[in-house]
Amino acid sequence: MQAEAALGRAILWFAILLMSIIVAATAADHGFAVQAGIVALVALVLMMMSATRFDPVGRARGFFRMPEGASRYDDDVIRWGVIATMFWGIVGFLVGVFIAAQLAFPQLNFEPYLNFGRVRPLHTSAVIFAFGGNALIATSFYVVQRTCRAQLAFPALARFVFWGYQMFIVLAASGYLLGITQSKEYAEPEWYVDIWLTIVWIAYGAVFIGTLVRRHEPHIYVANWFYLAFIVTIAMLHVVNNLAVPVSFMGSRSYSAFAGVQDALTQWWYGHNAVGFFLTAGFLAMMYYFVPKQAERPVYSYRLSIIHFWSLIFLYIWAGPHHLHYTALPDWAQTLGMVFSVMLWMPSWGGMINGLMTLNGAWDKVRTDPIIRMMVMALAFYGMSTFEGPMLSIKSVNSLSHYTDWTIGHVHSGALGWNGMITFACVYYLVPRLWRRERMFSLRMINWHFWLATVGIVFYAASMWVAGITQGLMWREYGADGYLVNNFVDTVAALHPMYVMRAFGGLLYLSGGAIMAWNVWMTMAGRLRDEKPMRDAAYDPAADRPLPAEPAE
Amino acid sequence: MSVYETLRHFADSHALIAMFGVFAILCAWPFRPGARAHNRTAAHSIFKDENDGE
Repeated sequence: MQAEAALGRAILWFAILLMSIIVAATAADHGFAVQAGIVALVALVLMMMSATRFDPVGRARGFFRMPEGASRYDDDVIRWGVIATMFWGIVGFLVGVFIAAQLAFPQLNFEPYLNFGRVRPLHTSAVIFAFGGNALIATSFYVVQRTCRAQLAFPALARFVFWGYQMFIVLAASGYLLGITQSKEYAEPEWYVDIWLTIVWIAYGAVFIGTLVRRHEPHIYVANWFYLAFIVTIAMLHVVNNLAVPVSFMGSRSYSAFAGVQDALTQWWYGHNAVGFFLTAGFLAMMYYFVPKQAERPVYSYRLSIIHFWSLIFLYIWAGPHHLHYTALPDWAQTLGMVFSVMLWMPSWGGMINGLMTLNGAWDKVRTDPIIRMMVMALAFYGMSTFEGPMLSIKSVNSLSHYTDWTIGHVHSGALGWNGMITFACVYYLVPRLWRRERMFSLRMINWHFWLATVGIVFYAASMWVAGITQGLMWREYGADGYLVNNFVDTVAALHPMYVMRAFGGLLYLSGGAIMAWNVWMTMAGRLRDEKPMRDAAYDPAADRPLPAEPAE
Repeated sequence: MSVYETLRHFADSHALIAMFGVFAILCAWPFRPGARAHNRTAAHSIFKDENDGE
């Protein structure tokens, strides 16, 4: 690093350090002071590193054995994204198993920092925004460069997007444990973290769109359409749902710009489209690039992919009200949400069929290639959860299922099955290519991961179906005298075995993740496991000889 | 009529038709005559550079 540049950076970090110390000292509440302290700590470390001209990123690059020298594409930030995906994935799964255990054994609620109410948003944000978000950022940068045959438009800005996003995760996660929340599901971070994410997201959009503009291919491949829809829509949803007035600029509290049922509808317009555009459109973009690449066949129908795209865009945005059935929301709005949710079934299955049929004529790969196996399972779960979702949105079904664990089971069959599996497959595809290795350290370990994850999901989803329907039926049971038969505690006691089973399923899923982390680590280290290949052509030496001459009659 | 009602009537009639029309055109677009070759090229475009830039 040049001396002037190092000095300039040190001054910049010093200014941020000074400002955060002032904020911490004059903060209106304890949580805000701690958050400012975290920013101050990061600034202090970076300042000292700039002053001593120590290059932590360069050192860490050596630690993770990242290949040296220029490549045709700008892959450095993608390698970091893959590492972050792995790291936050393990953290998120671990926290998930912990809160599942808390529900089964309430003694595990350690007040105040580790009670269920604070750790649960830590789990949801860690898996959706940290694990999923890093996977989306990494794969989108990979895919947009390859399909456009162009390098990332603004390399420095791309690095800011990655590190700025990690800062968002750290601030959000530490805030939850400190009790800072605006109480909107999947949008819990308070106003100052929301503003930071907005800045990072605009930079993300600039890098992605800039790369599209600089492309050398005439056509923009359909995966990029899905990534672009994801980036643009998340920006819109995030800004509108988080419109709020802070109580003080020196404090963490804020009040929403909307009130009552309008606030609820805005929240679920956001919440459902976070599912639709973050967890569906973005991951479909991965599917449309990585499934054809791994199968070495073009997508089954490019036309279908375009219909799939426009149908998702036009239908998803209306489905949010199904989260507010039988509430103060006007009846027509509830019905509208339900009807659009049911219509969504068609494009979702169109997309699933498009992905699965890409393997047409190559189905043998499901037996021999564990990565393809993961992709097929991901698509199967995409199909199952996008069938279950419209069904649950029907009012009469919802009257039984709403507020029960059925919803939790539904969400996890989508998240663990679809988002998790397709992300694992993409990581297994990317790591050998990004680290320039021949293949993953072990293909058999991918197979182990596949089965642990699949069996884990089966335990999770099955126990939550039973728990949810039990809960729904117990809640609505009336006796002959017109009173409810069960009180709430009765239903909780009835669910205990299901909660233990769910925690066990989560543990299986987590151990699959641990095997993956080991496999990825060894691949980075450049090792190849000496193992029996997934499939060999049968060879029988006893049969490999000429027939003895038959004696003449 | 209040502003809400005016906007509501507009959304229920002209805006709805316009949005549906745009949707139908966008979905029909890849089926236009002569698009078959274009779709085929687009689907195969990800295989042109097999070595992933390494």
